[in-house]
Amino acid sequence: MLQINNLHASVDEKDILKGINLEVNPGEVHAIMGPNGSGKSTLAAVIAGKDEFEITKGEVTLHEEDISELDPEERAHKGVFLSFQYPVEIPGVTVTNFIKTAINESRKAQGQKEMPASEMLKRIKEKADLLEIDRKFLSRSLNEGFSGGEKKRNEIFQMAMMEPKLAILDETDSGLDIDALKIVANGVNKLKTKDNAVIVITHYQRLLDYIVPDFVHVLMNGKIVKSGTKELAYELEEKGYDWIKEELV
Amino acid sequence: MSLKEKLVSSYLAFEDHLEADSPIHDLRSEAIKSFETNGFPTKKDEAWKYTSLNKVLKEDYSLLPSMESKLDFNDVKKYFLHDVDTYKIVFIDGVYSSFLSETTHDGLDVCLLSAALSKDKYKPVIEAYFNKVAKAESLTNLNTAFAKEGAYIYIPKHKEVEKPIEIINFSTGNEAALLLQPRNLVVVGENAHVQVIERHQSLSSNAVFTNSVTEIFAEKRAYVDYYKIQNDAPSASLVDSTYIDQERDSICSVHTFSFGGNVTRNNLNFYQNGEHCDSILKGITIIEDKQHVDHNTLVHHIAPNCESHQDYKGIFDDSSVGVFNGKVYVEKEAQKLDAFQQNNNILASEKATINAKPQLEIFADDVRCSHGCTIGQLDEEALFYLRSRGIPQKEAKALLMYAFANNVLESVKIPELKKRINKLIATKIGVNLGFSL
Repeated sequence: MLQINNLHASVDEKDILKGINLEVNPGEVHAIMGPNGSGKSTLAAVIAGKDEFEITKGEVTLHEEDISELDPEERAHKGVFLSFQYPVEIPGVTVTNFIKTAINESRKAQGQKEMPASEMLKRIKEKADLLEIDRKFLSRSLNEGFSGGEKKRNEIFQMAMMEPKLAILDETDSGLDIDALKIVANGVNKLKTKDNAVIVITHYQRLLDYIVPDFVHVLMNGKIVKSGTKELAYELEEKGYDWIKEELV
Repeated sequence: MSLKEKLVSSYLAFEDHLEADSPIHDLRSEAIKSFETNGFPTKKDEAWKYTSLNKVLKEDYSLLPSMESKLDFNDVKKYFLHDVDTYKIVFIDGVYSSFLSETTHDGLDVCLLSAALSKDKYKPVIEAYFNKVAKAESLTNLNTAFAKEGAYIYIPKHKEVEKPIEIINFSTGNEAALLLQPRNLVVVGENAHVQVIERHQSLSSNAVFTNSVTEIFAEKRAYVDYYKIQNDAPSASLVDSTYIDQERDSICSVHTFSFGGNVTRNNLNFYQNGEHCDSILKGITIIEDKQHVDHNTLVHHIAPNCESHQDYKGIFDDSSVGVFNGKVYVEKEAQKLDAFQQNNNILASEKATINAKPQLEIFADDVRCSHGCTIGQLDEEALFYLRSRGIPQKEAKALLMYAFANNVLESVKIPELKKRINKLIATKIGVNLGFSL
């Protein structure tokens, strides 16, 4: 599904990603771990199409189509979803109106008609229940005055509504208490099918107890330096990253 | 002949038509003399540094319409808040239209200044209030000299006016170019409440220059909500000078929505004479092409324990020009003051300009005054967030602009008006946001 080959990316001529290779197939869950400043969030943003970053070498393909020149909205229309580490506040636009706009713009781009209001409402209700979101919450301005946990839950609610092929969760666990973490993880697991894939970016192994990865990759200094199965996450939790650095030397 | 010469020479003929014993006869004579000495403001005047009237003044304006014009309600319905019941004071080319208006004398006066100036029973009010808060500024003097028509609103004490009052000035284009000088007087008695919506609307592409003066008096505990809708034709220019005199415990708010016109200049002046006054000045400006909107505000704090809140948002596209000149003047006696001023601007094009000049002059030592001014582009991170949800760039920008202006709308107290402004903003930004606002 997603194929990243020798990806180099920079911002303001500073190299951040220095040759990433990653293959994600339908039905898989990949975890990307690594110390601060290793390039995890940059990788997420580059896949989603943030134009602040310049791809200097390599390619990103989705279903064998090169998407590296596409606008963020075009990538979204092809099924890429990024759950933000810091979701942006949009005063005056309610959660409901926002998600309606997002869904209908995506449908428009795919030549489909707008989703009938009754179907939209039904889905909103269903997905809000899945994430244990209070109805009142849906008529609040998007992310405005939301707690950290509410923001993250709202990101996964949007993911549930948009049903992406490839979801990238950028530090979705940060700012979550254990109950909220379970709800969010449970939501992600329920949305998992054999046709979609998830990339989980995290500092901590904690989230991976609930969203169990098929593969764990360690990102350091802009490169994936080690890959393994979920056991690697436990090892990292226990020993930190230094032993990998030593291994590399 | 320059416009100034034309005005000065026609003043004599104008005066001849009026009764010499008019209560404002002397004010008029003084005002025209002062205008003759000072003329129109130019960019050399500090307060007009960023706004030039030169081009506007070059037109050959008719000072009086040569014929009476009529309008069919259905053709102009959209300019009214037609889905709710309102009082209406409507002028067509400066002449009162009884057909489109809905005035009253039942427990309050919503009528014409011409009536108030000519009838004896209004004389005490005219003598007590007319031209008492307006300052002797050049264009205000010009208006005073020719003042004869406009809205007259008098709300006696303890009266809560149950429906909004709309003041609409239409110009039809029956004249090649027309100068209009409406003069409004609003007196709100002790503990009385009123909501007023004011609009100037040109219905053609002929040049119109409106030099409007409004005086508002808020007595003790009075509550005044005033809304100005400026969404005029590209050939229409407006200088709006509004002076508000507040007595203690009064709350006055003015919202100015500037979405179109040629040159628009708002001189908005608040004077707080008693304790515990609150003045609220809010504005949303969204303009493009070569439009020019200038907000020149003054809050003059004279008494202690008062508040003022200013919040102006501007979005400037193409080669449009915005000016924000916000002055807060705090007298020595105005202690324990809370004055807040906020001015945020988005430049949506490289050619757009904003001149922002906050001015605080504080002579008291125990006050809280804050001001913030920002000029920038749309937040890239927010834009990326929306686009990553599949919302195309154009719609995402519109959504952000809407969100940017939105908090000024929150304080609009008339729901139908809020809805209307919301729609105007959506149309203005040029996209269907996919949901009803």
